[in-house]
Amino acid sequence: MSTPLLESRAIAKHFGGVKALTDVSLTINEGEIYGLIGPNGAGKTTFFNVLTGLYHPDGGDLVFDGEKLQASAPHKVAKRGIARTFQNIRLFGNMSAMENVMVGRHVRTHAGVFGAVMLDRRTKKEEAAIRRRAEELLHYVNIANRADDLARHLSYGDQRRLEIARALATDPKLLALDEPAAGMNRTETEGLRRLIEGIRADGITVLLIEHDVKLVMGLCDRVAVLDYGQKICEDIPSIVQKDPKVIEAYLGGSLA
Amino acid sequence: MMSLLSSIETYRHDKRAAIAATVALGIALAVFPFIISSTLSNSWLRIVDFAMLYIMLALGLNIVVGFAGLLDMGYIAFYAVGAYLYALLASPHFGLHLPIWVILPAGAALAGLFGALLGAPTLRLRGDYLAIVTLGFGEIVRIFMNNLNAPINITNGPQGITGIDPIHFGAISLAKPVTLLGFTIPSLHAYYYLFLALALFIVFVTIRLENSRIGRAWVAIREDEVAAKSCGINTRNIKLLAFTMGASFGGVAGGLFAGFQGFVSPESFNLMESVMVLCMVVLGGMGNIPGVILGGILLTILPEIFRHGAGPVQLAIFGKILLDPEALRMLLFGLALVVVMLYRPAGLWPSSTRRREFKGESGTDVMKAGE
Repeated sequence: MSTPLLESRAIAKHFGGVKALTDVSLTINEGEIYGLIGPNGAGKTTFFNVLTGLYHPDGGDLVFDGEKLQASAPHKVAKRGIARTFQNIRLFGNMSAMENVMVGRHVRTHAGVFGAVMLDRRTKKEEAAIRRRAEELLHYVNIANRADDLARHLSYGDQRRLEIARALATDPKLLALDEPAAGMNRTETEGLRRLIEGIRADGITVLLIEHDVKLVMGLCDRVAVLDYGQKICEDIPSIVQKDPKVIEAYLGGSLA
Repeated sequence: MMSLLSSIETYRHDKRAAIAATVALGIALAVFPFIISSTLSNSWLRIVDFAMLYIMLALGLNIVVGFAGLLDMGYIAFYAVGAYLYALLASPHFGLHLPIWVILPAGAALAGLFGALLGAPTLRLRGDYLAIVTLGFGEIVRIFMNNLNAPINITNGPQGITGIDPIHFGAISLAKPVTLLGFTIPSLHAYYYLFLALALFIVFVTIRLENSRIGRAWVAIREDEVAAKSCGINTRNIKLLAFTMGASFGGVAGGLFAGFQGFVSPESFNLMESVMVLCMVVLGGMGNIPGVILGGILLTILPEIFRHGAGPVQLAIFGKILLDPEALRMLLFGLALVVVMLYRPAGLWPSSTRRREFKGESGTDVMKAGE
């Protein structure tokens, strides 16, 4: 249970004078669902962006699966096995749902220009495998009936699911979800919870940023709380819920 | 011919119909130059030959603009690179007379290299900013061609290079009627077949690329670069590849142009030409191969129709020529562009996805169907 998959060692990031992250250290173990919560502007998404290589950290290291992650190289991070979704859904709007997932296979496939033009047996086989895997994943997230629709024409909940399918297509070891339940109704959230539990059951570690406290507390094995770019607490949900610092961060000092 | 193309698209799933349509299209393309030269004139066949070159250019630019979404306003520079390379390697200017099977691949490679050279510093740019930089690049290449006659005379400056070898395969020169297996094919017809073959080759390569991992990566970058990166796409390499592939098609077309024309000068490669090729891509249907081909044909032929038709039509209506046909030609052409963009914003023949995209915007039925 406690083999560390991702270790964040004193990660720091500032934008000008704003300290978005200050010495954030946390450890995510293999097979966990790990929650990252905190009030708006606490630095959760900034942490995601540093983790996935979109931002260059101003200090600290990330160790993933026993090796350091290279900073500012999103495609290499994906190759190492970290996939993500975005808070404000970022799909390839004018591609079909199917094609969106097929793009996710890019990092695990190899065909170059020569293979694409000659369409040799290996490329053909690879292309068929990409298609098959994409179909499977659309089934997995339960939107197979929308495979040929443009991503931008899917309903909001389906778009969230499609983004998860695209992330899963990269064969991640760690799936980082940025507020996947945002804007979802109760039924959709319940479906999402089952989906995330299924993903974990398949052996993929999940890192979850979420505002829906009920979802986080019910789903996560451990939770870290960020406030003003600092980690103020990291523990199992029932303890985090009672932590005075967490209550203060959420409700304000005067009430605590 | 277009209806044949579309029937190939429609009957893609019906193998026999597709084969029949392909054979019919093949025969139509094969006899086409003879129909043109006997019903119209050889000057029209010359225009058709040029249309083939523009189709190659439009398909090349379509990779950069249509697939990868990188607005390139200086694309004609790669055409210039291909043309000048042919001119330098097969003309009395340096006394070199290399064969075409050396020059064309070299032209494609050199233009591809120039494509990468343009791509490398502009990787972080998009949209308007990229357009300005590429526009500058196109002008730089043209100005170089114009001024590289001193201190060492390389390009012969504004006079251009004359006496370029016609395209020839060994002793068979396409400048004279070609006799093959007892048939004699006039020069313009022979050029038509050569250009057609290369245009078809480029169409083939483009289709294969479009339906591959590489093609999907290009479109993904066009749609959302950050998401593409997070999916593991090395956006730097894939963008450079788009620039290189697109440019190499331009280099091939340029080489053919030099051999066909026998003369190159910098003024053939001005900004207007870049704009023209861009119009072919946008007007035909960005990202859709049949659309881009249609755009290439229409934008080569239409100005010529206006040029040839404006005089006689005025004579018939007014009894005299009121407006200079040469001036009127661009006026009508501009008007045609405006009308098409107003009524068919996705282009004349958009890809099925683009069509859906524009439909989805006007009616919300697509959204509702999914809920």
